Amino acid sequence: MSDAARATAPRIALVGNPNSGKTALFNALTGARQKVANYPGVTVERKAGTVTTPAGHKALILDLPGTYSLRARSPDEAVTRDVVLGRFPGEEPPDVIACVADATNLRLVLRLALELKQVGRPLLLVLNMFDIAERQGIRIDLDGLSRALNVPVVTTVAVRKRGLDALLRKLDELSAQGVHGATAWREPSAAEIRAAHRDSERIMREFVKPPLRPDTWTGRLDAVLLHPVAGTLILLVILFLMFQAVFSWATPVMDLIDAGFTWLGTLVAEYLPDGLLRSFIADGLIAGVGSVVVFLPQIMVLFFFIILLEDFGYMARAAFLMDRLMGAAGLHGRAFIPLLSSFACAIPGIMAARVIDNKRDRLTTILVAPLTTCSARIPVYTLIISAFIPQKLVWGFANLQGLVMFGLYATGIISALLVAFVIRKILWRSASEPFLIELPSYKVPDVTNVLRGVWQRGKIFLRRAGTIIFSLMVVVWFLSSFPGAPEGATGPAIDYSFAGMLGHLIHPLLAPIGFTWQMAVALVPGIAAREVAVGALGTVYAIGGQVGTGTLGAALAASWPLATALSFLTWYVFAPQCLSTLAVVKRETNGWLWPSVMFTYMITLAYIASFIVYHVASALFG
Amino acid sequence: MRLSELGIGDRGVVIGITPGAVTDEAAIDHAELERRLLEMGFVEGARFQVLHEGLIGRDPIAIRLDDMRVALRRREARAVTVDCTAMDMAAQ
Repeated sequence: MSDAARATAPRIALVGNPNSGKTALFNALTGARQKVANYPGVTVERKAGTVTTPAGHKALILDLPGTYSLRARSPDEAVTRDVVLGRFPGEEPPDVIACVADATNLRLVLRLALELKQVGRPLLLVLNMFDIAERQGIRIDLDGLSRALNVPVVTTVAVRKRGLDALLRKLDELSAQGVHGATAWREPSAAEIRAAHRDSERIMREFVKPPLRPDTWTGRLDAVLLHPVAGTLILLVILFLMFQAVFSWATPVMDLIDAGFTWLGTLVAEYLPDGLLRSFIADGLIAGVGSVVVFLPQIMVLFFFIILLEDFGYMARAAFLMDRLMGAAGLHGRAFIPLLSSFACAIPGIMAARVIDNKRDRLTTILVAPLTTCSARIPVYTLIISAFIPQKLVWGFANLQGLVMFGLYATGIISALLVAFVIRKILWRSASEPFLIELPSYKVPDVTNVLRGVWQRGKIFLRRAGTIIFSLMVVVWFLSSFPGAPEGATGPAIDYSFAGMLGHLIHPLLAPIGFTWQMAVALVPGIAAREVAVGALGTVYAIGGQVGTGTLGAALAASWPLATALSFLTWYVFAPQCLSTLAVVKRETNGWLWPSVMFTYMITLAYIASFIVYHVASALFG
Repeated sequence: MRLSELGIGDRGVVIGITPGAVTDEAAIDHAELERRLLEMGFVEGARFQVLHEGLIGRDPIAIRLDDMRVALRRREARAVTVDCTAMDMAAQ
């Protein structure tokens, strides 16, 4: 194909095993010129970037999800297969496939390379992390390997940007060749996989000499980190530190963001005349954007740790340590990461469920993720706990308020595991996914790659969650502001609005669980985001927006019995009090079925639990 | 012998994949399990050593498989038939 004939930029697909440094290579090649989006119709990330090759082409690089085989098992792997084979609707077939390999761990990837050869497109084998291979004294006969596979071989060190020019020159050569022929690929049988293994084994023996100085660090670290007792304790300590960081590091920034938006709100209030426009901009727009952005610091801190641990190679170990516990609930060890993320916010948690191969395991994880205590519940919990639970020592050492808080967290975790168990028993009694994962060698994480990952997560959160939460906030503002209070009204304005009417309408339903009509009204705006209920309670109890939670707490303590407060806390543990989560579930599962299932089971659970708590507490405390 | 019966330190050679040995109702399709194990490097002749066991029920297990590390549950490890006496022969 001549240059003139090339109408579009050459497309290069990066394919490789997980942990091959494929994304690091992608980052090294494309730098800031990358775009992360979703493939249409599926919730798999499409990472594409451009690079200018030595021949002057603007090549498009696609970073495809890691896989051991083209025989796809998960939605991610299906995307890799379909894009590689040119079957993905709307996605041009790649002009060159670059098979990215960890040079220190070639056995499985050679088999993948043999499989990729059958696709019939120009193929290139990239031995990444070649510096580590050299340091370990692994001797690879590059020419021999290239001859045996009949595929060009280049070496790179993505994190040091070494070998990139040679790689790009090869890509130029290969893309100029054009397509070899039709695809001969089909799903290999067990016998064919065995045969391919024998071939790659033979190639390994002939051209790759084992390390003279093998990596001993991984073994030494694993002796501690995978130790049944010490390893589990270390995992708990890591989790504890992570939560400390999520809440303490993020808090100053969150306060700053909060103060910034409040200041912006007052500024608007000062310069705009009182009326609808002012209310829309200050209470709808600014408060809406603020309620989204305020979670960004926590999410970025959380992802900083998750990506750091993932790149270090620890996440597979965490999955190993947690597998049995997760397995008891019918979940997979990998489900641990999404559930962990859900402690900051269920939305990144649900998005992180993409790491789970099996569709049903993934659905189960998504369905239970909102039960873990997200940070939006914290303002509600602190308000009610400080108003109703006395500050006293129990058992000589534990603070009763802290204990109740801990109890609420524990209830969340335990109910998530129980519900997962029940879902498996009721919805699908079918095969449970085997836990079969590679434990990669430990590697020092590359700071740039980690930060780039955190940055991308932040952007994705703002774009996906932000647009949803924001539009919901505007809807809720509308519901709480229209119609306005009539002349000479005595109650707060919200009482006369649609939200107020809705609250009064649903109040008879909520009376059996001890809710006052004011609470029912506050729940309506509270469905936009959980913490909004605090502000809404302030409004219905006519305290005014500028008063701190201390005053609101005193007002609540004066008007609610203890049983009502406990019932409200219980409601917040279980209720689907967050439309944004439901909207994200709709996106991730491509339909209304699963968000409906989630809404129904959560609201049922919330109602029953609150009912029990209210009546038991009424009987006990009067 | 099956890989599922071994403990820390045991080593040997994989001599066959027999997914039929995983009999409980929640097991995935046998042909699928066989191919997944093969793709992960559980092939006849692969050398292994059991490195770690989980806290509860000594499950899952982490093993060195040729030159990589793999973790799996004992349930799936039942499908891996091993020979622990052939180690010396294989080493040569």
